[in-house]
Order: sequence, then C-alpha cells, then structure tokens
Amino acid sequence: MSTSTTPAPPGTEDPPPARAAPRRRGNRTPARTGWRRALRRDWQLYSLAILPLLFFLVFRYLPMLGNVIAFRRFEPGGSIFGEEWVGLRYVQMFLSDPTFWQVFRNTLWIGGLTLLFCFPVPIVLALLLNEVRRRSLKRFVQSVSYLPHFLSIVIVAGITMQMLASDGPVNHVLGWFGHEPIRFIQEPEWFRTIYVGSEIWQTAGWGTILYLAALTTIDEDLYEAARIDGANRWQQIWHVTLPGIRPTMVTLLILNIGTFMAVGFEKVLLLYNPLTYPTADVISTYVYRAGVESNSFSYAAAIGLFEAIIGLVLITSANQLSRRTVGTSLW
Amino acid sequence: MVKPSRSYRVFQGVNGVVLTLVVIVTLYPFANIIARSFSAERHIRAGEVTLWPKGFNLTTYEIVFEDSMFWRNYGNTVLYTVVATVVAMVLTTCYAYVLSKKHLKGRGVLVGVAVFTMFFTGGLIPNYVLVTSLGLKNSVWAIALPNAISVFNLLVMKAFFENLPTELEEAAQIDGLSTYGVLLRIVLPLSKAVVATMVLFYSVSFWNSWFSAFLYMDKSELMPVTVYLRNLISGATTGGNAGAADAQLSQVGANIQAVTIVLTSLPILCVYPFVQRYFVSGVMLGAVKG
Repeated sequence: MSTSTTPAPPGTEDPPPARAAPRRRGNRTPARTGWRRALRRDWQLYSLAILPLLFFLVFRYLPMLGNVIAFRRFEPGGSIFGEEWVGLRYVQMFLSDPTFWQVFRNTLWIGGLTLLFCFPVPIVLALLLNEVRRRSLKRFVQSVSYLPHFLSIVIVAGITMQMLASDGPVNHVLGWFGHEPIRFIQEPEWFRTIYVGSEIWQTAGWGTILYLAALTTIDEDLYEAARIDGANRWQQIWHVTLPGIRPTMVTLLILNIGTFMAVGFEKVLLLYNPLTYPTADVISTYVYRAGVESNSFSYAAAIGLFEAIIGLVLITSANQLSRRTVGTSLW
Repeated sequence: MVKPSRSYRVFQGVNGVVLTLVVIVTLYPFANIIARSFSAERHIRAGEVTLWPKGFNLTTYEIVFEDSMFWRNYGNTVLYTVVATVVAMVLTTCYAYVLSKKHLKGRGVLVGVAVFTMFFTGGLIPNYVLVTSLGLKNSVWAIALPNAISVFNLLVMKAFFENLPTELEEAAQIDGLSTYGVLLRIVLPLSKAVVATMVLFYSVSFWNSWFSAFLYMDKSELMPVTVYLRNLISGATTGGNAGAADAQLSQVGANIQAVTIVLTSLPILCVYPFVQRYFVSGVMLGAVKG
C-alpha cells in the first residue's frame, strides 16, 4: 500500500500521519501503517525480536517440519529431514506392531485414570480450604500442599520408591495388619495406582491455586440470596459455588484433555522397569526406546507424530465442545 | 450471621480432620526420607524408621560427600542452572518487551508464533535429531537453548510490561534514549518484581530438570545431580563410589538414595518459604492474562 511513500529525509520525520490521513478518508478501519514505515520507526524493537524468533524457528518449528522423517528413511548422521521418501511404510509398521497397541491401551488407561482422579481432587481441596475460617491455618495448609510441586520429578520418583520399598512406611503399615510386604515397584498391577497416587500427591495442592482465586471472585450477595431462599450449605455449594468456578473448571479440563496423550512421560520413564512394562509402557516411552535407544528414528517419529496429532484433535474438539455447550473456550 | 447449624459444625470438624490428613500425607514422606538419611541400615531394613532417625549416624553423608562424582554433578547443576537461566531471561525479556508494544505492526503474528507452540510441538525424535545434528550434545547449550523460552513465562512478563505507564517510556524516548536504552534503563528497573519472579521460575525448573541432560549428555562427569540421583534410583551405577569399604557398602544400599534426595532438594527447601508467594502470584497473573 505504500506506493507513494518515499523515505523521508532525516529530520523531517513527522509528516507521515498527516500525509496518510487524506488517503484513508471515509475508510472506517483503524489507522494502518505500511510495513516500510513501521520498520523505519520500530526497527530497534524488531531487532530485539530476532533472537527469540530464531529460537522459535529453530527449536520449535524446525522439529515440527522434522516430523517428515516419519515418511522418509532417516540415517544417523544424515539430513534431519531424512534421505528418501518411503511413504506410509512406518505408519503401517507401527499399526501392525502388537507392542504399539499395548502402549496405546496403556496410554489411554493412565491418561483416563489421571483425568478421572487428578482433575477433581484440586476442586474438592479448594472447596474444603475455602471453608476454613482461620486465615493462618488456611495459609499453612496451602503452603504445605504446594511444596511437592517444587521438587524435581526425579525426587518425586525417588520418594515414591522409598515409600513403597519393601522396608518402607507403606509396607510397614501393611505389616500392622499382618499383611505380607508387597513389592509394589515390581508388580505390573500396582503401576497405575502408584502413578496416579504420586501424581495427586505432587499436583493436588498446586492445582488449587486457580480455583481458590476463582472462589474469591464469587459475589457474597449470591450466598445471601441463596440463604434467604432457604438453601442449606450443600445447596449453596451446588447452586452458587460450583457455577461460580465453572469457567475455571472448564478451562482446566480442556487443558487436561489436551495433554491426555502426553501422560507424564518423564515420570513413567523414572518409575517403570521391564517387569512393569505390561501396564506402564506408554506411547511416549515406547517412542523414546524405539528412537533413542534402538536408533529407529523414522519409526519412532511416526509414532510420535501420531500421538501429537491425536493430542491436537483432542484439544480442539474439547474446545469446540465446551464452546458450544457451556460457552467457555480457550480460543 | 446466623448461628451455624449443627450439621455445619460437624462439617467443620470433619473438614479439619481431612485437611490435617492432607498435611500429614504431604509432609510425612519428607520427614521419613530425612529420618532415613540419618539412620542405621539395620533399623531401616527392619522398617523401624518413621519420623525420627534410629541408630543416628552420619556415615552415608560422609560417603556421599567423599564421592567426587556427586560434587562434580552438583557443580554441573549449578552451572547449567545459571547459564540456562541467563539465556532464558535475555530471550524472554526481549520478546516479551516487543510483544508488549501494542502499536507494533505484526504484533499479532509475533504472539501467534509463540502461542501456537503451546498446542503443537515437534516431538521427541525430531528434537533429538535436531540437537544432535547441531552438534550441541555434551554441552550446556543442549540444555539451555532448546528450552530458552517458556511461552507461559513469556505471557506473564508481557502482561506485566503492558501495565507499565507508557508516558515514562515516551518521555525517556523524547529525552533521547533509544529503544534499547528505554528497556535497560527505564523498563527493567521498574520491573524488578517480575524479573525476580521469572528468574525464580526458570532457575527452579532448570535446577529440577533432568531429561535434557539424560538425553544429550554421554559422560557421567557432565551430568547434573538430578541424573546422578536418577541413576541411583534405577540402580544403573555403582561405579562412582567404588572406593567405599565393604562395611560401608551395606549402609550405602539402603539410604544413599535418601541422602541424595535430601541434598538435591535442599536448596529448593531452603528458598521455598521465600519464593512460594511469587510463584502463586505469577501463576495468577499468567492465568488472568494468558
């Protein structure tokens, strides 16, 4: 659009707005400036964006393109985009791979259980904390419950294993009831419980932050009105409190659904072992083993891409659904 | 205020009990790990250690302290945390400042470039191949560069910058400061609160991270202490303390993990009471504006 704008000589910088004005007469859109002028005026700002943009291009977008190695044969040391097209060969390979279907089922199981248990716990905890009258007590409980969030996942895994060791506190308590020690870490049937349990331990307190913030914004008058209408404590929670935090709940639910497929990769990797693979091995850990440990990069990339696409589909459809049904959405 | 009904008083009592249980369940593992780290092997084996050390001794601490690999890895963690946090702060601050300028042409695109990466990422394998072929393996850059900007932190910082009074910056600009000068001499001094918060966010996450190092470092002397701990947990290494005497080795088996857990989380536990509220306010800001 800047056909007639020649760069103004230094010192005569100001005219542009005036010069641009007549051209836009009758045009209701807000003032738009040409790229050339924007660059001249803000080149220093743009220059600050160069390194960050380079970061996004190289370390975020290039890997997205790098997914084409799922359809090309990759050779270690070769181009990161692979050497030659092989079409859907790797997709067919994993679709007919029994291990893939096992890790797929495990992912759904662990993801589903995490959603089922880890999503409601912070809500309940926030509601309970909200009923505490003594501020100091409330603060204390909150501070304590946030603590595990600040620890490295390695430490959480370490603590989990220590607690569940055959000489650990859990087995100690089982001993009181005359129960034989259970080798939790080695038993496949215990893995899901351990995973979800440690996840709740680590995230429940931290998850309450946003709900507690949402609770403070609920109008006290609504409770007053509900009381006058004869609502008891439970009815007040059901009809005032829960609707009040619904937007927060929906937003967090969408986000949780979006990360459904990417179930705690690092934690599974730390907690599982070949004995528990039947229940613990998830898509991302299988991708890790196939790609990094066995060097089947293209094959692993194909599975990883499949996982990412399901994740993207899940989050967009959850977003759509919630926009239609409850009118809250991320975008 | 009406007198609370009987059922509500019962509820308050139950609520108190439940929250007390939450506190106990959260804190007990820490107390137990600390107690174990000071306890004697045979008491741990017998499952007698609960809240207080039994058979108090410092043998395991001595063994860990004498392990040069532990100190080396601990030093690595400090180094990686510092370098990665500096890189992350420079890039995040620059970009957040640019994004906070509402008049900037193309701002929407710049925001979009960042936000899109929250919903779709390249995945483990392409990232691995990329970092490997850039030759970043076995260097601190493999940890610092791929994680240089957290979009969440970026949005928090952008929101903060947007709330600064624009008049100040305009005045400084009229007085002859360049954009860089405004950022360094006007904006950043006004933004100490958010800068401190971001430094905390980044340094805690880099301190805690283990997977990049695990993935991209080949030699044990390059590992951060989190990977040292991970190798202990998975029983992958014993080489580090080959010099330990046999009598000490049985002591090691049971509670060297406990000692390492205590030492690795110590810095976090020390700063925790002071930094916790910054995190909470940062999360709120991010949630409101993001």
